[in-house]
Amino acid sequence: MPVTHTQVGCPYCGASCDDLEVVVSDDGKEILEVRNACAIGNEIFHHATKPGRVTRPRLRQEDGTHKEISYDEAVDYAAKVMIEAKKPLIYGFGSTNCEAMAAIGRVAEKGGAVLDNCASICHGPSFLAIFDNGYPSCTLGEVKNRADVVLFWGCNPMHAHPRHASRYSVFPRGFFTRRGHKNRFVICIDPRETDTAKISNLHLMVNQGHDYDLFNAFRTALRGHEIPEEVAGVPREQILEGVDAMKKARFISIFYGMGLCHTDGRNHNVDIAISLTRDLNAITKATIMAMRGHYNIAGPGQVWSWSYGFPYCIDLSKGSVAHMNPGDTSSIDLAMRNDCDAFFNIGTDAGAHFPIEAVKKLRKHPWITIDPNICMASEIADLHIPVAVVGVEEGGVVYRMDNVPIQFKKVIEPPEGVISDEELFNRIYMRMCELTETEPVWIHHPALDVAKAVTEE
Amino acid sequence: MPIVKLTPIAQPELCLDCYAISPDALAGLTESGIADLEVWEGKVRWRLGDFFEVSGDAGRTPDETHVVVDGDASRMKYIGYKMTGGMITVNGSADMYLGGWMKGGKIHVTGDVDSFCGIQMEGGEIMVDGRAQNHVGCAYRGDWRGMRGGTLRIRGDAGNDIGTFINGGTIIVEGNAFIHVSTHGEGGTVIIKGDVQGRVGGQMVKGDIFVLGAIQHMLPGFKKVDTIEKEVDGQPYRLDHYVGDLGERHPSSRGQQVLGNLYVRAA
Repeated sequence: MPVTHTQVGCPYCGASCDDLEVVVSDDGKEILEVRNACAIGNEIFHHATKPGRVTRPRLRQEDGTHKEISYDEAVDYAAKVMIEAKKPLIYGFGSTNCEAMAAIGRVAEKGGAVLDNCASICHGPSFLAIFDNGYPSCTLGEVKNRADVVLFWGCNPMHAHPRHASRYSVFPRGFFTRRGHKNRFVICIDPRETDTAKISNLHLMVNQGHDYDLFNAFRTALRGHEIPEEVAGVPREQILEGVDAMKKARFISIFYGMGLCHTDGRNHNVDIAISLTRDLNAITKATIMAMRGHYNIAGPGQVWSWSYGFPYCIDLSKGSVAHMNPGDTSSIDLAMRNDCDAFFNIGTDAGAHFPIEAVKKLRKHPWITIDPNICMASEIADLHIPVAVVGVEEGGVVYRMDNVPIQFKKVIEPPEGVISDEELFNRIYMRMCELTETEPVWIHHPALDVAKAVTEE
Repeated sequence: MPIVKLTPIAQPELCLDCYAISPDALAGLTESGIADLEVWEGKVRWRLGDFFEVSGDAGRTPDETHVVVDGDASRMKYIGYKMTGGMITVNGSADMYLGGWMKGGKIHVTGDVDSFCGIQMEGGEIMVDGRAQNHVGCAYRGDWRGMRGGTLRIRGDAGNDIGTFINGGTIIVEGNAFIHVSTHGEGGTVIIKGDVQGRVGGQMVKGDIFVLGAIQHMLPGFKKVDTIEKEVDGQPYRLDHYVGDLGERHPSSRGQQVLGNLYVRAA
C-alpha cells in the first residue's frame, strides 16, 4: 500500500512550506502524488524520480566529452583542485541543507578558499544594509496573525513565492486578522503591473531604479515635511495615501525583493527601507523581511555567521583570519577581476545565473559542479558530481526566509550509490587531509552523541 | 628623506595583497630586509622581492621613509594600509584599498585607483591624479564610523558610495560622480566639482556637501533655504543652500535642530 508522508518540507522557494503531503509507492521508489505544494514544488518532487538522472560523477575528457568515474576518483580530483589552487572559490548552497554548509566549511578552511553563497547575486545587499542599520524583523507567523498593512516592494511573490500570499501575508485568517484579506491593506511598489500589484489595494508605479528617492519621500512625509508634486514617477497624493495607510496600521509588514537589491544603490535601497521601518515604529509596530529566494538560502547566512562571523563572501585564504568585503571577496567580482583560480559550483547554477563574462573567466580554471541535476553549470564543468536531492532524498535542517529553522524530511531513497552533499564534502575533506598528511579536525560535541543515540533508538 | 624604490618585475596571476607596501612596514629595514617582506597571492605567500626590484634602504621611522612604486600596481591591493606617516608615490595605477585605515602621511598615485580608496581613513593625505572606482573614503561594511579625518582628492571621476558614513575629513572629487554621496553622513565635507546623478546626502544627519556641477535627481528630503556666496577649494562660487535629509533623525544643539548642508552651484 502506498505510504503518505505528512508535514514534508518543500525544497523550492524561501517560503519553505512544511505542510506538504507526499504519497510514495509501496517499494518506496516512486512519488505518486504531492499535495498542498505549488506547481513548482510539485515538479521538484516528481523530477527526482524521472528517468535520465545522472548517478555517477562525470569527468571531462580531452575530446570534450564527459566520462563516468567513481565517487572515489571524483573526491580525489576535487581534493587536488582545492589544494593546488591559490584561491579557490566555493559558491552556491541555495538548495542544500545546513549539514552540508557546515561540512563545506572544513573543506574551505583546509583549502584556503573563498566561501560564498547565492546571496552574493541575490540578497547580499540586504546583509550589508542589515550590518549598517539593523533588522527589525519578525516571523511569518506574526505576519499571518497580526499584519493589517502589508507592503510588497520590488518583489512579486505571486510568481516567485507562490504560496506566500495564501499561507502568510495576504489571505490567511490569523488571530488578530480573522477576516483574512479583508483585514489587510496591501500596497505594492513596482515599476510593472505584476500579479502581486493586481491583488493590491494600492499600487505605486515607481520609475525603475528610483526606489531610494521614493523611500526618502515616504520618510520625509512621515516626519510631516512637504514633498514635491511627483517623486520617482509617483504622484504626491499616492505617496501620502500610502503614508496615511501605514500611520493608521496596527502592524505593518514590509517585504522586499530584487527590485531593491539589484537596482542602482543596492544595499542603500534596503538600508533606507530599514530606516523607514524604524521611523514607523515610533508611530505603530512595523517589521521588514527579505523575500529570500531558495528554501534554504537563509541557511548559509546562519551557519557561516556562527562559524566565521560573516554570512557570505568569506575569504579564508589567510588561514585563521576570515575577511569579508563584497566588491572584493564576492563571487562575481573575483571572477571579473581574475582573482580566483578554481571554481566549485554547489547546489546552484552559476552557468545560468552569472554574467557571461564572469562565466568565461571562471571557465579558464578548473570548474567543479556538485548538483543532483543536469544544468548549465554541470554541462560546462570539468567535473560534475551528482548528489541526493535535499528535501526529497535527504533530510536536514533548513532556514526559512524569516530565519526559522525547519527539519526537512526524506521521502524516498536516492538512486543506488548516490551520496549526500554532506558525505561528499566530508570525503573531500578527508582526502585533502590524506594528501597534505595532516590530521583531520572534527568539532565534537557531546550533545551530538546524545542526539545520535536518540535517533538510532 | 630616504627613498625606497619598488620597480615591478613580475605581475601576479591573482591580485596581490601587499600589506607590506607602507612606510610603517618598511621603516628601519635595509634593501634585503624589504625584499623578504611577505605578500600574499590568495593562500600563497611570496616575498616582496619576487614581484618588485627593491632599491634603497628605508628611513629609521615611517615619517622618514618615502616609498616609490615605479610602475603598474593595478593588481596590488592594500598599498599604504594603516600607514601613520611618511610618503608613498605610485607612478602608475593602484588596486583596491589604497590608503585604507590610514592615519597619517601622504600618498600620491599618478594613475587610477580601484574601489575602497581611503576606506576608514583617519588622517593624512591621498591624491589620485586619475579616476577612482566606487567607495571612495567610505566606511567598512557595518561600521557607522566612516572616514574621520584627512584629505582625499580624486582628480578624475569617481563611482558610487563616496564618503558613506563620513564623520570628518574632506573628500574632493574633481570630476563627476555616480550616486550616493555622504549617505548616512555625520560630519565631514565632500566636494564634487562635476555632476552627480543623484542620491546626494541620503540619510544624512550632519556635514557639508558641495556639488559644483548639477544634480540630476535631487532627493525630496532636501529643502532650499537660500542662495549664498562661498569659497570652495580656493575658488568663489554662488551656491544654492539646501538643508536635509529631512526624512532622517537630527540632533539638537542649543535648542536648534542640526541639519546636513547641501550646496549646489546656483544657475
